[in-house]
Formats: sequence, C-alpha cells, structure tokens
Amino acid sequence: MTKVPIGIVRFPGTNCDQDVFDAVATVELACPVWLWHKETDLRGVKGVVLAGGFSYGDYLRAGAIARFSPIMKEVVRFASDGGPLLGICNGFQILTEAGLLPGALMRNDRLTFICRPQSVKVETADTLFTRQYESGQVVSLPVAHAEGNFAADPDVIDRLEDERRVVFRYVDYRGDNGPDSNPNGSINDIAGVINERGNVLGLMPHPDRAMDRVLGSADGRGLFQGLVEAAA
Amino acid sequence: MTVTLHDPVVNPEIVAAHGLTADEYEQICALLDRDPNLTELGVFSLMWSEHCGYKHSRARLADLPSTGPQVIQGPGENAGAIDIGEGLAIVFKMESHNHPSAVEPYQGAATGVGGILRDVFTMGARPIALLNSLRFGELDDPHVRYLFRRVVAGIGDYGNCVGIPTVGGEVAFDDAYRGNPLVNAMCVGILAQDDLTRGFASGPGNAVYVLGASTGRDGIHGASLLASAELADDTAESRPTVQVGDPFSEKLLLEATLELIGSGAAIGIQDMGAAGLTSSSSEMATRAGTGIEFDVSLVPRREPDMSPYEVLLSESQERMLVVADPHREPELMAIADKWDLACTRIGSVTDDGVWRVFEDCEEVCAIPVEALTEAVPTYVREVEPPAYLAPLHAWSPSPGWLDGVEPLAALATLISAPSLASKRWVFEQYDHHVRTATVIGPGADAAVLAIKGTQRGLALTIDGNGRYVYCDPYRGGALAVAEAARNLVAVGATPLAITDCLNFGNPEKDDIYYQFVEALRGIADACRALNTPVVSGNVSFYNQSSAGAVYPTPTIGMVGLIQDIEKRIDPGRAAVGDRLLLVGGDGAHLGASSFLKEVLGEVAGRPPTVDLEAERMNAKAILALNEAGLIGTCRDVGDGGLAVAAAELMFGLDPGLGIELEIPDRAGPHSSLFGEDGARYLVTVAEDDEFRATELLAERDVVTRACGRVTGDAAYHVVDVGSADRSVLQVSSETSISNAMRQTESNR
Amino acid sequence: MLVKARVEVHIQLKPGMLDPQGETLEHALTAIGYEGVCSMRVGKWITFEIEGDESDAVESQVEEMCDRLLANPIIERYEYHVMREER
Repeated sequence: MTKVPIGIVRFPGTNCDQDVFDAVATVELACPVWLWHKETDLRGVKGVVLAGGFSYGDYLRAGAIARFSPIMKEVVRFASDGGPLLGICNGFQILTEAGLLPGALMRNDRLTFICRPQSVKVETADTLFTRQYESGQVVSLPVAHAEGNFAADPDVIDRLEDERRVVFRYVDYRGDNGPDSNPNGSINDIAGVINERGNVLGLMPHPDRAMDRVLGSADGRGLFQGLVEAAA
Repeated sequence: MTVTLHDPVVNPEIVAAHGLTADEYEQICALLDRDPNLTELGVFSLMWSEHCGYKHSRARLADLPSTGPQVIQGPGENAGAIDIGEGLAIVFKMESHNHPSAVEPYQGAATGVGGILRDVFTMGARPIALLNSLRFGELDDPHVRYLFRRVVAGIGDYGNCVGIPTVGGEVAFDDAYRGNPLVNAMCVGILAQDDLTRGFASGPGNAVYVLGASTGRDGIHGASLLASAELADDTAESRPTVQVGDPFSEKLLLEATLELIGSGAAIGIQDMGAAGLTSSSSEMATRAGTGIEFDVSLVPRREPDMSPYEVLLSESQERMLVVADPHREPELMAIADKWDLACTRIGSVTDDGVWRVFEDCEEVCAIPVEALTEAVPTYVREVEPPAYLAPLHAWSPSPGWLDGVEPLAALATLISAPSLASKRWVFEQYDHHVRTATVIGPGADAAVLAIKGTQRGLALTIDGNGRYVYCDPYRGGALAVAEAARNLVAVGATPLAITDCLNFGNPEKDDIYYQFVEALRGIADACRALNTPVVSGNVSFYNQSSAGAVYPTPTIGMVGLIQDIEKRIDPGRAAVGDRLLLVGGDGAHLGASSFLKEVLGEVAGRPPTVDLEAERMNAKAILALNEAGLIGTCRDVGDGGLAVAAAELMFGLDPGLGIELEIPDRAGPHSSLFGEDGARYLVTVAEDDEFRATELLAERDVVTRACGRVTGDAAYHVVDVGSADRSVLQVSSETSISNAMRQTESNR
Repeated sequence: MLVKARVEVHIQLKPGMLDPQGETLEHALTAIGYEGVCSMRVGKWITFEIEGDESDAVESQVEEMCDRLLANPIIERYEYHVMREER
C-alpha cells in the first residue's frame, strides 16, 4: 500500500516540528516529509502541517514573518487547489497572517504565556479533519501559548458561527463555559476555525501533544487520522 | 615580544578599579615578566575574578566526590556527563545569574537560561529539559513582586521560544533574599556517548571561528564587576552592563551547533558565556595544552568603534567559539548559512602556549595561556564557627510554647505560605510539554521524562535550602542532597549524580567562608553516602547587599534513572481505602523548621540530625517496595513535615477523595505533624498489600508506622485533632501566589 | 541624487479593541496614586532609515511596508512620519 506523504514545514524557530512529525508517523497510512522554509517545492505531499513554536521568535507578531517564507507561496497554492492544510498553534497564527483563515491571534488577555491541559469541545465532526470525533465531544488537548486570543470583526465572527466553521471551542471538563475555561480570552471561546472550502483548519491547542495517555491524553490522534484520510 | 602600548598607563587606581589586589597584580607581572597593558589588565581582571577564577572556592571544591562508574565527564568541562545505559549519556549543569537578575530581572533570568543551554549543547547534547531554582524576598514587598514577575517571564519567554520544556523547579521567599534574589538555571541534555564533544582547541594550525551573533558592548565587566562585588544601592547605574538575550538566535545556534558537531567538522567548540571570547579561547587552549591567536578586528561587531578591550570582554549572547580543520571550512560555512548565522574565521591554534591577540595585525595582548586559567590564585584559610551559631543552637522552647497553636490552623498557614504553596502561577508560564516527553511535570516531587527509543525514564529535581544551611551549614548541606535524593526516589528513580549551584555571600568574611566550607563538607559526605557524584557546578559568591548576606544557599540539581518508565510512581495514584504508611517513622524535630518560621515567625534551633545511612537504606526500601508493585503513590517528607506531605499527597488524589491521618499520642501533635526529621516518605498501599509491604520494610529494618488511610470524603482529617475541608486547603494553596501578585509592583 | 529619510511608525490596536495591557497599566497607575488617568493604550514604535532616489515616494513605500508586514490591518492601525535629510 502506498503511503500518503504529509509535509511538515520547518521555519527558523519552529520547535514543535519533531512532535508533529512523530504524531503523523503514528498514523499507519502516513509518511511524514520535512519541508524546509527556503524550499519552493512541496515534494508531492498530499497534506501539509504548519507546526507550533516560535517562528522568527514571534518577533513583531507571531507568524507575521514566517508567512513570507518562500515555501508559503507553494503552501498557499496547495490550499487554493483544495489540499488539506492544518495549522497548529504558531501554524494557526501563520495561517491568519497569510489570510488563509479569517481573524487574528492576539496576546492572551492574561498577558502571560499559559501552559496547561485544556478541555476543548469538537463543535462539528462534519469536517475532513474531525470525522473521527462526534459533534459535541469534549476532548483534552493541552495549550501552550502567549498569543492565542482569537479576534475578528463582529460580522466575521457571526459568519463563522452561522456557517458552523468554529470547529473547536474552549470549555470546562464538563463541556460548559466556566469561569476559567478559556485560557486566553478569545471571542466566543473560539479555539479553532476552518475556511469556507473546508480544507484549511487552524487551532491553538496541541493535538500533537495528545497522542499518548502516558503524556496525559490521546485525544489528538483523531485529528491526525482525519488529516491523513483527507489527504489520501 | 611587541605589545602595543597605546592604552593609558596602568596604575594602582586602575588596578583596584579592575577588582585585583596589589598582590594579584604582582603575580601577574611575574607571570608576564613585565607590566600588563590596559587591555591585558582587563583580561586578567575578568579571568581572575571570583566568578571566572573561583579563587575562594576551587581548593575546597576539589573535596567533592566527582567520580564513579556512572561518570563519563566530571567537573572541568562545559557540563558534566553520566552514563544512563544503552549507549546514551545525560549531560547537565546548573548556573547562577543572581546579580544580573537583581539589576534587570527579565534579561538577567533570560540570559541565565541562554547560558546554561549553550553549556549543554556545546557538548553535542540536545537539551531536553530545563529546571530552575528561584529565591526572593517576601511577597509583601512591591519591588520583590516586580522581580519575581519579571524573572519568571524572562525564564519562560526564553525557554519557551527555544522550545525546551521547563519541567521542574522551586521557588522560595524569605527576607534574607530581599536585596539579592537567587536565580539558578539547570539544563539537561541527551546524546549518544560516542558523540560527546569537548571544548578542546587541539591541533596547531587549526582554524578558530566565531559562530552566531555579532559582538556588542553587552555585559562588559559583567563577570568581574557584578558577580564579584556586593550589590550597592545604586544598581540602576549598572544597567548598561547587563546582557540582552535573543532566544530565536539561540534556537538557530542550537540547531547549527548540533549539526556541526554531528558532521564531525568541529574539533572543539565552546560557548561564550561569562568573559566571552576571552574565557572560551583561553579555556579551550588550556585543555588542549596549546596556544591560540586571533585578531579582534575580524570579530563581527554590532557597535561602531569598539576597542580590543571591549571585544575581548564583551558578553554578547548567543555566540560560540569553534575550532575546526581549515580544510573542512566549506562544511562549516554551509551549516552556518543554512541557519542564517554568521561564521567568521578570526585566528588559529598555535603550539607556543601563548594567548595572543591582534588588532589589525598589531599585537595587543600576549599572555601565557595558563596564566589566565591554571595560574589563578587560590585562597584557602581556616576559620572558626561564626558567633551567631551558638545562640541559635541554644534555642530551647519553654513548656507550653505551643499552647494556643491549633494544629490545623497551623497547617492552613503553612500550605498557603508562598514558599510551600502551589507554584502553578509560575509553572503555567513555562511550556512544560514541548518535545512530548514529559510524563510527570511540575507540581510533583520530581519531573519524569520518557527517554525516547528506550523503555527508560529520566527523573529530575532541583532543590536547595537556605534557612537550614544558615542554622547549621554542615547539616544543611547534607540535607539538601538528601532531600533531592528523596524527591527522585518518590517517583521511583535511582539517584545517579548531581550538579550544584553554591550561592553564598562575601567569602572574604569569615562567617560566610565558614558556611561555605561546612556546607561543602555536608554535601560531600551526603554525595558519597548516596553515591551521587558531583559532575558539574557553579559557585556564586558576593550575594549580599546593604541588607546583609543572603542565607547560604547550595542548590542541588539531581538526576536519576527509572529503568522501566512503566514502573514510575505517579502522583495521586490511590483509591478509597488505601493505607498510608510513614516509612522512616515519626518525627519530632521542629528546630529550624518551616513551622517555626511560617507559623511562629521564628528562625531558631538546628535543622534535623543527618543520618545518611538511614537516607540510603530508606531510599532503597522505597525502591524495593515499588519494584514489588506495592506502592500506590508517594511523597517524600520535607518542608512542613508529615502534615504538609499528607496535604500534598491529598491534593494529587482524584476529586472527592481525602485522607485520614493518625498521629502517635506523644509529645503533642505539633512535633509529629510538623517535625522535619529526614529519611522519611509517605506512601499509599492498597489495603490488601499492607501486610506484604510492612513485612518487606521490617525485613530491611526500616521503622514504619501505618498512619492512616485514603477516604471518600474530601476532607483532611487528623484523628483526635480536627478536620479541614480539602477544597478550602487546596484552593488556599493554589491561589496564594496569584493573590499576592494581584497587588501593584515597583521597579525600584 | 540619493536621499536619506528617517521614518517613524506608530502602531496601535484599532480603537474599540480590548487592550488588556493598556487596562492593566492604567489600573496600576491609579493604584499608585495617579488620579484621572484613562484611555490608556499600548502600541509599538518602529524607527528606521530608508535610502532612495529623490523621485521616490517614500510615503507610499512606507504605507506598503505597514500594510504588508509591520501592522496587521485586521486588528491594528498605524500612522507614520517621514523626516527627510536636509540638503
């Protein structure tokens, strides 16, 4: 059986690259492939992941500089052609800076970095990426970020909600909105969104860090499974 | 030899301003066979400073045990290395950045992390974990709150950006640290033993390169001025000498360095830390027994018109010194280019044993290499115990002194005291998951990392105490090591080796010197008894301000191994009905305890007696119990005694569970609850396993008492004493620091 | 003929957007005794030098730089000043 090549982009400062590579490698069908930021060739991959970290040190704004890397031209074209593209944490930030997803990720309202296990509701299982879950399922995915506060104009937010394009939402362990359930102050507790076409997904929590119960949660497996199946 | 003399003539005032004594100056002249010029004087002032030269400590440090079958590299290199089996080695070291953090807490702490990372990856090891030990004044002081907030932010931002998880640490607050915070950073890395690279400038004719950031005026005189002198009240004036870190650049440097070492193109490599280019070049040449020469005009600068003096003394961050075969230069340059780093050849290794510096081809320094390293004077003296100790030890509480101190109220005070309370406010600012290997993270007795590709686990802890060492330096030093070992054993690990950071006041003062010597003696004895040699470390003297000296504070960073990570001891792994066992028996020692300080506001008495044999035996017993599959969860008994250990154990249990504690009907509940006697652990065992567990412990002659059980009501109940609501206690612990930090701050 | 100009760009969050940093600092100032402080916003100040032909419209270049990279138009607004070198 031919494996499905999934590209993982490395920018200077990307530091969750190995974690994502390992996560993709756990999916039987998948073959993770490194993509260096200076390259202009996606090497025939069928899916792309922008991993977390601090590309360019998060200088100016997280993701602001990475989105001009040579590889990003190809990534944008890949996405325009309908290829599945997943952005995790800094990856999500890069996608919004590149205009592939709406909105922007601002500094956490608590003003500090936050690293903790996080309950997240999978709002819809009707996307390419979230087929392995049930709509409304509460999963545990850790967060680790300083600029995860999703913001957009009210009409953009309304559209996202109306079109059910908010894919992940911060909740408490019961699945409700609680006093401390949102780690960063994002509007409507938005944790992840998808584009109109349904092939570009960005989220702040780390599914790559929820691949093994011994590390706290294995709830991230479904997302990578979904990505590989979408790419196949 | 020709040496340019365009610098001003050196005179006694200039010598003194450089922190050198008249006697040291004479030694320098003798080594050079002439007077040094100003640039050479600056170089000596740095290399012979306490921070770089270890004048007051070197001789004494030699007494620490540093060998063993598990030791691959002991002290003397950039970091230490130990064998953990399967051809792998763990490289680790701890360093202080106390004075820079008092002056500019964010950058001081950040660059402390940067420096210790470089010490590890310069050996070819990929950093896999960071830990830190922090000490500040009390949180009711607005300036302390400012320092605390900025130090934590600096450590977090730097470590998070580079992508190394900060998995453990400790924070303590005491008025003794008000004028002089302590910031100790530890880094742990991993590599295949065969890949270990040392800082050797070998092979005359080989080329010397600067890799990384450009050189500016950062930190000039940082090592000699800031670290080797007490902090005066006008530290604001010293701000220009603090270095500014760039963690993004560090991440690039880390990847480039590891790639470089992996390619085999680097013969020797060392990071530029304290004393920058000067110390790295002279140390590399000393180790290899060679000489070295370079031209400072070739060093890339970021400031105009820098003098050789400034280039040599600069502590600009994120730079490495690389020695390589010039034929392999293309490979070196290709790697640097890939990571967008500058790499510039500045000189060569020579065979004449001289450290030679040029500026635009004119010689400006010519110093025998060993004059900068081996010939640094060492100062040893014998001193008497300080006058303050005897009255402290004579403490004898009057009868009825604890009347009116309600034990559960005392517990509530203790667990909400910032030093003992939950550090969640701190560790949630550190990424502790990146690299997906953190199995037990911050908040437990020790951190546990999975060693990928093996079944093994690595256990890490960082632990110090100041109050104990102040009250009895020998006991305090030994107990610091013992406590660290207990932390590792509590997660099921066998302690292997330590790194240390020895934070003391002015060693020229007899009281401080005594504290240092005796604490070292305690550390040495404990390390020998527990078979944990010291493979690396750091000494930080002159930690005092107008408010006085800090408590003598040796910080121990200990590494342990779990052969099978599935056999680790997780926090909170207990069910209703499980029995509590107090392994090591009951305590009664309240001298120098947290109870005394936090509840009664007193620092008096001596810390507990040190029984290294019991520490050793009881540790083995716990590991044997665990090997037999009998342990549910475990906490070591330390600050706050049994009562606090039991509360911490309870906080890790599933919601809705609580504990019931039984204490012996002896000299009042306070001694049993809060006594800090050593060599003890609180363990849960399933009811059905209690008999076997007790039997196993009896066979090993370990005193044990069944002291309670896990209950299904979320309460902390001490039989015949009282109860407290679990959530009240837990919330009080979790919110103590965040509440304190809601108040305003002051940056002076 | 080469012209050198010095540029200053001020970037702030768009009006109406929550600025937690500004709010926090405002409260801190009030708490330490400064009455009547309000509407505090925290932004970025970027300075640089730019060289070009006299005929170059430095202004339009700077606007492009801001629109493309220096500011994020979704959440930030900017203003800039250009100071040409005297000849």
